[in-house]
Amino acid sequence: MSDWFSAKKNRRHETVIRTGLFVCAALSVLTTGAIVYVLLSNAVYAPGDKTAFFERVTVTEFLTSTQWKPVEGDRGRFGIWPLLSGTMMVALISSLVSIPAGLGAAIYMTEYAGPRERQFLKPMLELLAGIPSVVFGFFALKFVTPWLLKPVLGLLNLDVSIFNSLSAGIVVGVMVTPLIASLSEDVIRSVPRSLREAAHALGSTKFDVSMKVVVPAALSGILASFLLAFSRAVGETMAVAIAAGGNPVMAMNPLKGSQTMTGFMVHASTGDSAADSISRMSMYAVGITLFLLTLLINLISGWILRRYREEYQ
Amino acid sequence: MSEFVDQPAVSFRQGTDTLLRRRLLNAKVFRTVCMLLTYSSLAVLGVLMGSVLWSSLSRLAPDFLTNHYSMNPVRCGILAGLWGSFWLVLLTAAMSIPIGVGSAVYLEEMAADNFLVRLIRINLSNLAGVPSIVYGILGLSAFRPLMISLQTFFDGTRAINVLGLFRVRILHLEIFDGSVLIGAMTMSLVILPIVIIASQEALRAVPSSIRVASLALGATRWQTIWRQVIPAALPGIATGVILAVSRAIGEAAPIMMIGVLTVASMCPGGIETPLQLLQDPISVIAVPFDQFTAMPVEIYDWSKQPDPQDRFTDVAAAGIVVLLGVLLIINAAAMIVRARAGRRIQW
Amino acid sequence: MTDEKSALSVPPSVQGVDRNLDTSSHSAAIDVRNLNFYYGDLQVLFDVSLKVPERSVTALIGPSGCGKSTFLRTLNRMNDLIDGTRCTGECFVESQNIMDPDVDVVLLRKHVGMVFQKSTPFPKSIFDNVAYGPRVAGERNRAVLADLVESCLRKAALWDEVSDRLHTSAMALSGGQQQRLCIARTLATQPKIILMDEPASALDPASTDRIENLIGELCASYTIVIVTHNMQQASRVSHQTAFFFKGRLVEVGPTMKIFTSPGEKRTEDYITGRFG
Repeated sequence: MSDWFSAKKNRRHETVIRTGLFVCAALSVLTTGAIVYVLLSNAVYAPGDKTAFFERVTVTEFLTSTQWKPVEGDRGRFGIWPLLSGTMMVALISSLVSIPAGLGAAIYMTEYAGPRERQFLKPMLELLAGIPSVVFGFFALKFVTPWLLKPVLGLLNLDVSIFNSLSAGIVVGVMVTPLIASLSEDVIRSVPRSLREAAHALGSTKFDVSMKVVVPAALSGILASFLLAFSRAVGETMAVAIAAGGNPVMAMNPLKGSQTMTGFMVHASTGDSAADSISRMSMYAVGITLFLLTLLINLISGWILRRYREEYQ
Repeated sequence: MSEFVDQPAVSFRQGTDTLLRRRLLNAKVFRTVCMLLTYSSLAVLGVLMGSVLWSSLSRLAPDFLTNHYSMNPVRCGILAGLWGSFWLVLLTAAMSIPIGVGSAVYLEEMAADNFLVRLIRINLSNLAGVPSIVYGILGLSAFRPLMISLQTFFDGTRAINVLGLFRVRILHLEIFDGSVLIGAMTMSLVILPIVIIASQEALRAVPSSIRVASLALGATRWQTIWRQVIPAALPGIATGVILAVSRAIGEAAPIMMIGVLTVASMCPGGIETPLQLLQDPISVIAVPFDQFTAMPVEIYDWSKQPDPQDRFTDVAAAGIVVLLGVLLIINAAAMIVRARAGRRIQW
Repeated sequence: MTDEKSALSVPPSVQGVDRNLDTSSHSAAIDVRNLNFYYGDLQVLFDVSLKVPERSVTALIGPSGCGKSTFLRTLNRMNDLIDGTRCTGECFVESQNIMDPDVDVVLLRKHVGMVFQKSTPFPKSIFDNVAYGPRVAGERNRAVLADLVESCLRKAALWDEVSDRLHTSAMALSGGQQQRLCIARTLATQPKIILMDEPASALDPASTDRIENLIGELCASYTIVIVTHNMQQASRVSHQTAFFFKGRLVEVGPTMKIFTSPGEKRTEDYITGRFG
C-alpha cells in the first residue's frame, strides 16, 4: 500500500524535474531573443533616451557609402562596404583553399583510402579542427607572409605588405577544411552502395563511379557543406584580426591589409569609447549585419541539406 | 534463333583498348590528386606545429609558466593567462554542463512534439552557426548591466534579518568590469549548442530496448533516464563536453568583447600558486568577480606586437605551445576516461 | 524416379524459349571449370563446373544461401569489390579466362552486363541513365547516343512509355519501369551476356510478367543467366536450369527435364517443395 503513496510523490517529483529541464531547453530560445533584442535596440530602435545607430545614420549611407570612419562629427563616414568587402575577400580566398582540400579529402577517404589509412586521417583532421584560431593568426602573420607569400610573390615582382588578406584567407581556409571534409564525407558515404555497384557493373573505372555517379548524387549535401564553411569564414575573428590588420579599405587587394566586420567589432569593443558614442553604436550596426549574413547562409545551407535527405529517405 | 551478325572477338586483356588505357590513366591521376589534397592539409598541420615549436624554443622554460607579464620578452610569462583560463573554463563548465545536458535530456527523452519544442530545435541549430563574437556582444550588452546592478546590491551597506534574531551584513564585493563571471556566462552561451547537440546524439545512441526494459520493471520515466539512459550515454556526453571545453579554452573573441584584460599582471582573486589556494581557500569567492586574462588573449596581444625585431614572437609561440599542450592533456585524459567507461558498457 | 509423384504442373514457357533445347550443339558463351570461391576463410562455392550456351537463358535455382548469387557475381568479377574474396578455377568467356589477373574488369563488364534485384536508377534523367555506359566508354557523338538510347529502350519495352520525357528524372518512374530502365541501361553497353540477379523479385505480378516476356525476346540476341528463387519463373523462362545446394552445383540440364524428371533426389525434393 505504501507504494501507492510514494507513486504520487514520484509524479510530483517528475513534474518538477520536467519543468526544470524544460526551462533549460527554453534558455536557448531566450538566448536568441536576447541577441536579437540587443542588436535591434542598439542598431535600429533604442527604447528610452538612447539613440540607436540607424537613428543617426541613414540606412542608405550605411549600404552605399564606400568609406568607414566611425568617428563623431562631420568627419564620420559610415559605409559598410569596406568592412564587408574585407570579410568577403577573406571568405572567398578561404573557400578557394578549403573547397578543393576538403572535397578531395572527403573523396579520398570514402573511395580510395583503406581502413587503416582512414583511422589515421580522421583523427588528424579532427586535430586540425581543434586548433584555436589565434594559433592560425600567429602562423599567418609570422610564417605564411614572410616565408611563403613574400618569396613567391616576390618572384612575380608583386609586393605584399605585412598585414594582408591573402595570408588571412589561406589560414582560414585551412581552418575550415576539416568542416567540409567531414560533412562531405558523411553525405558521400550515405549514397547507397547499390548505386555504386550498378555503376561498376556498367564498365566504369573508379573515377567514373566517384565523379559521374556518387558525387553528383551527393551534390546538394556537398554544396551545403561549402556554404557552412563559408559562413564559418565570415564569422572568423581572431585569425583575421591578427593577420589582416586593422585598416578598413574599400579596394579588394588581397596583398594589402584590410579590416573585416569581425575585426572591427573587436577593435571597437576594446577601444576607449563611451557607451553611447557613435563609434560604439556602429559596432552594433556591424554586428547585426554579420548576424543576418551568417544566419541567411546557414538557413540556405540547412534547407539544401534537408532537401537532400528527403531524396534518399 | 534469329540471325546474329558475328562481331570480331573481344579481348579482355589489359592494355588492348587504347581509350580505356587513357581512362585508367585519368583514374590514377585523379586518385593521386585526391591523395595530395588530403595530405596537403596534414602537411600544413605539420608545418604549423613545427614552426610554432621551433619559434618557441628560445622562450620555453619553466619560468614561462610562473612569470607574470613583463615588457621584457625574456622574462615575460603566461601565469596570469593560465590562471585566468583555468577559472574561466571551470566556471563555464559549471554553468553550461548542467544546462546543456539537461536541455538535451529534455529534448530527447521528455519533450512532446509541439510547436514550442520544434521551435527550440530549429533555434538550436541556428545558434550553433552564430559567430562567437555575436555572443560577445550579448555579454557586453546584457551581462554587464546585470553585473552593475549586482554590484549595487553587494556594496557592503546592506544587511538582512535572519529569523528576526540577528542581522547579517552582506559582504562587499568588488565586481569589476570584464570579470570572470561575465566571461564565463558569455562563454557558456558559446559552447551551449555544442554540449546540447553532442549530448543529444549520445542519448539517441542508447538503444530503446534499455528504456523499455526499465519501464517494464516499474520504473518511472525519470528513474529510467537517471539510472539507465544517462549512465549509458555518459561516454558520448563526456566527449561532447570535452569538445566544448576545448573550444572554450581556445576562444578569444567573445571574452574580448566583454572587456577581458589583454595585458595583465594579476591573477583572479590574487591566487598565483596552487599552494596559495590551499592555504587560503576563502579567496576563491573573490575570483568570479575579479578581472582576468586568458591564454588566447595574451597570445593575440603578443602576436600583434608590431615591432620589426619580432621581440614577442617567441613569447607568443611559447604561449601557443602551452595552450596546445593544455588542450592535448585534456583530450588525452578524455580519451582515457572514455575508453575505461566504454569498456564497462557493451551492448 | 517414381512415376506416382504428384504431377508437377510445369507452367507454359515464355514465347521464344524452347525448354527441351539440346544445348550440346551450341557453343558455350560461358565455360566455368572447377570454380571454388572463398569469403576469407569461408568457402562458399565448391568445384562448380557449368557451361552456358550462347543466346540461351540459364536459370540458377536453389535455397537461399546456396551460393547462386555469389556464382553469378563471379561471372563479371563483381565480387572483386568486396574485400577478402578469392577464387580458384577457370571461367572462359570469349575464349579467355576471366579469372586471369591480366584481365581488365572494366572491359569485361562492358561485355557481361548485370541487372540487380533492386532497381538502381541513377538520380539523372532517363536519357542520361541509359547513355551512361556508352558515355563512360568514350562515346561523345550525340546522334549515336540518341540512336543507341532509343534502340535500347525499345528492346527493353520501355520506349513507348517514356519517349516523350527522356530528359525527366528517372526517379519518377514506377518500380517496374525502373527495372526495365536498368535493363535498357545494361543493353546500352552492347554486351553479349546479361546476368540477372532476381530481377523481378521486388516487382508486382504484372511487371514481373513483362520482365519475363522481355527475357524471352532478349535471348534471341543475348546470352542470359538469371538467378531466381521463384521456381515457376525459372521453369517459364529458361532453356537450361542449374540447381545449386550448399555451394555445390547438384544438377544441370534442359529445363523441361529438370522440372519433370530430375536426376538427383535433392533436386526433386527442392522442386516439389520439400525444403527450401
